[in-house]
Amino acid sequence: MRNAFADEVTKLGMADPRVVLLSGDIGNKLFDKFKDNNEGRFLNCGIAEANMMGVAAGMALSGLRPIIYTITPFTTTRCYEQIRVDACYHNVPVIIVGTGSGLSYAELGPTHHSCEDLAIMRVLPNMTVLAPADEVELRQCLRAAFKLKGPVYIRIGKKGEAIIPKKDDQFEIGRSITVREGSEVCLIGTGTLLPTVLQAAELLAAKGITARVESFHTIKPLDEKTVGDAFSRYPVVAVVEEHSRIGGLAGSIAEWLAKNEGIKGRLISFGTDDDFMHEIGTQDYARAKYGLTAENIANKVFAAHTKAAI
Amino acid sequence: MTLKPNLETLRELAREARVRIITNAHKTQTPHLGSCLSCVDVLVAAYFHSLQIDPAKPQDPDRDRFILSKGHGAASLFQILAMKGFYPEEMLESYGQDGSLFAEHPPSPDHLAGIEAATGSLGHGLPIGLGMALAARIHKKSYNVTVLLGDGECNEGSVWESAMLAAAQQVGNILAIVDFNKWQATGRSEEVMALGPLADKWRAFGWETREIDGHDMGQLVEVLSKKRNSHAKPVAIVAHTVKGKGVSFMEDDNNWHYKIPSVEELAAAYKELGVKS
Repeated sequence: MRNAFADEVTKLGMADPRVVLLSGDIGNKLFDKFKDNNEGRFLNCGIAEANMMGVAAGMALSGLRPIIYTITPFTTTRCYEQIRVDACYHNVPVIIVGTGSGLSYAELGPTHHSCEDLAIMRVLPNMTVLAPADEVELRQCLRAAFKLKGPVYIRIGKKGEAIIPKKDDQFEIGRSITVREGSEVCLIGTGTLLPTVLQAAELLAAKGITARVESFHTIKPLDEKTVGDAFSRYPVVAVVEEHSRIGGLAGSIAEWLAKNEGIKGRLISFGTDDDFMHEIGTQDYARAKYGLTAENIANKVFAAHTKAAI
Repeated sequence: MTLKPNLETLRELAREARVRIITNAHKTQTPHLGSCLSCVDVLVAAYFHSLQIDPAKPQDPDRDRFILSKGHGAASLFQILAMKGFYPEEMLESYGQDGSLFAEHPPSPDHLAGIEAATGSLGHGLPIGLGMALAARIHKKSYNVTVLLGDGECNEGSVWESAMLAAAQQVGNILAIVDFNKWQATGRSEEVMALGPLADKWRAFGWETREIDGHDMGQLVEVLSKKRNSHAKPVAIVAHTVKGKGVSFMEDDNNWHYKIPSVEELAAAYKELGVKS
């Protein structure tokens, strides 16, 4: 995903002289092509994210289109007040990209994990929140974000994520993409966990339950149409995210449930626990620790579906 | 080109601004009077003498930018912008009332002409100003950016993050002025944090630094009007000021950070400022 980001941002920069790329002292060679093709529009802001966010807002207030890139906790929690005041209150087109989101950097410890970013970003007025599943969605997210007039947060993974084949290549912010059709349960995935969600659908199919799978690349604005459709058609709607079960996509859908009457379907949420992970391991190990595996998702959804059918 | 006002005219404008600011604080029962009075002369020198701005074209891409990073001085800025003609003076009558645009800190720029950045949370103005100054370089424009900071504000780490990047990038079209009135909300600014030596700190961070009397119109006009190069050391001015400047019983008394003038105090202030009652 990192390489796709670097490539897409280079193209954006070549197409539009307003594009400026700000990095928090990372991506040493990653942006060489951007630098070569967009002279004077790459700025290493050092390890000083609060300033970087303010600089980006000042640039956007002056007609530029800054894109900020660094590791997720440092481009979100580290400079949250600058995001709130400088980007969101001023409502300027700053694109904030967090790389290595969720548990991508599981080995690096909780300082580098980000299981709160969706929650804290989506609560900010004017902010659009995107979480692409693969590099195809990432490129689509970036291009669509660039057309908006306000701030956007894009949560991306690290590298080597699988590309998910889709029939639907129409991309629109706030409209999820149906990745698999199914008639008994609905699985809503967001971000780079989508392949796991698809595997869960396969496991469910083997047990005789067909699952519809939706890719929610947009966390905010919530695709209320698809959410409404899911709850009207399926007894079980499961949300899977590499994020705390507090405040993320499931939280957003729970808020939607709270303001709508007569909903019969059940919401199940898969995400990380309300804790910091003290044992270190690979991203797969960390996901498994929090039950973010195809097997666990399939088993829980199967049980919920069985219960709903009684 | 319009003729620039002479020093005497600028001093008279500063006196008038002080009267308006104190009147407004009394009328609307709003605080931060001491902080507002310490930066009046800087604002007058900037807006009435040095900044290349046209109130009729507040969004002109070539205009100079001025950011009041010590946003709690907004009551001063609002008066100056009205006096300069960015909006009708009558608009200020809503200050402090329900539904007013005028908060105790500057609103976001799309809500009030003449405002370049919504400040109030300290340590934001210099990074935003630096972004604007860098944008001038990218757009190949020659405007300057002036950021007015408080000395208490220099507690914020983001100020120094910004100072280091500006120096690394040799952003010569940014000017930081510190309204060094020696106080912050609850104490002497050199005691709450180890602020001093303030001018040496800016020098050590790579800024061309000068200390001036922040109430001396001649010195202010000189530093604000100095021609700047786009690729050079950024410039810092440590402006020695007096909190509550202009009214003897408010001067250097930090109670006026929050205190509101009574009817009697207003009359006494008027007398000192030469207002006939």
